[in-house]
Amino acid sequence: MLNDLQDRSADSHPAAQRVRRIPHVPGESGIWIMIFGDMIVFSLMFVAFMLSRRDQTALFEASRLHLNQTYGLVNTCLMLSSSWCVAAAVQAVRIARNRAARLYLRVALGCGLGFCAVKILEYGEKIRAGVAIDTNDFFMFYFVLTGIHLLHVLIGMGVLIFMARVAAGDVNAKQVGYFESGASFWHVVDLLWIALFALLYLLPPGVRP
Amino acid sequence: MKPRRITVVWLGLLAATALSWEFGHQSLFKDPRNAGVVVIAIAFIKIRFVIQDFMELRHAPLGMRVAGEAWAFCVGGVLIALYRF
Repeated sequence: MLNDLQDRSADSHPAAQRVRRIPHVPGESGIWIMIFGDMIVFSLMFVAFMLSRRDQTALFEASRLHLNQTYGLVNTCLMLSSSWCVAAAVQAVRIARNRAARLYLRVALGCGLGFCAVKILEYGEKIRAGVAIDTNDFFMFYFVLTGIHLLHVLIGMGVLIFMARVAAGDVNAKQVGYFESGASFWHVVDLLWIALFALLYLLPPGVRP
Repeated sequence: MKPRRITVVWLGLLAATALSWEFGHQSLFKDPRNAGVVVIAIAFIKIRFVIQDFMELRHAPLGMRVAGEAWAFCVGGVLIALYRF
């Protein structure tokens, strides 16, 4: 029976299909209040960034060009890949494929560590070049937004370790809820980075130079 | 074997990242403002798929689905308006 379950993909298993058909809140309700609150706070910071950018377009554009966009691209790929791993881990644990779930979580954790390493490298380059939080408004936003996001990544990595420990034993329905809550938090970390990458690293000047 | 939906979404998100990288480097539009609008739009379409498929709000009760869609649509729209006008 167990082997039969393990041979099926997460999507084809009846339990996974049941989850799809019946409306289902992934994880604890409380985590969603925190997640939506976090998303609203970040969206206000995005708006503040864009308002400041409108007033100082030339300065923001000149400062943006000092960022290493390749670091941003690598970190985006790491975040997206870690999110896929975490989503796959949730699907695996639902059909009792705990070993696979732990493997997915380890890879996600590796991506998180890679993200932190790139960020440390990037911050180091900026500091060595004499760029700091008080250099100008662009770098104030850059350090504050990416710094708060990095804090989320570190908390998220702690959550991934907790999820891997949960998956080490038999997982009951309540623990699947914990698993889904942790996964949802990690996905928020991913989606916030998607916005930060676009706004800080990629956005060309909004007015004709 | 049919690929899992999350795998298709992940590959689509990576492809969209490459596309926004191209637009961010202004190789496809003469006016950089249009490229900027596309960069923000692609980012929030990507976010929408993360919310719906990775966070599984696609299968959540209607209120949560609407909240997720509304956040991506409204924040993306406001940022494009602030950028372009």
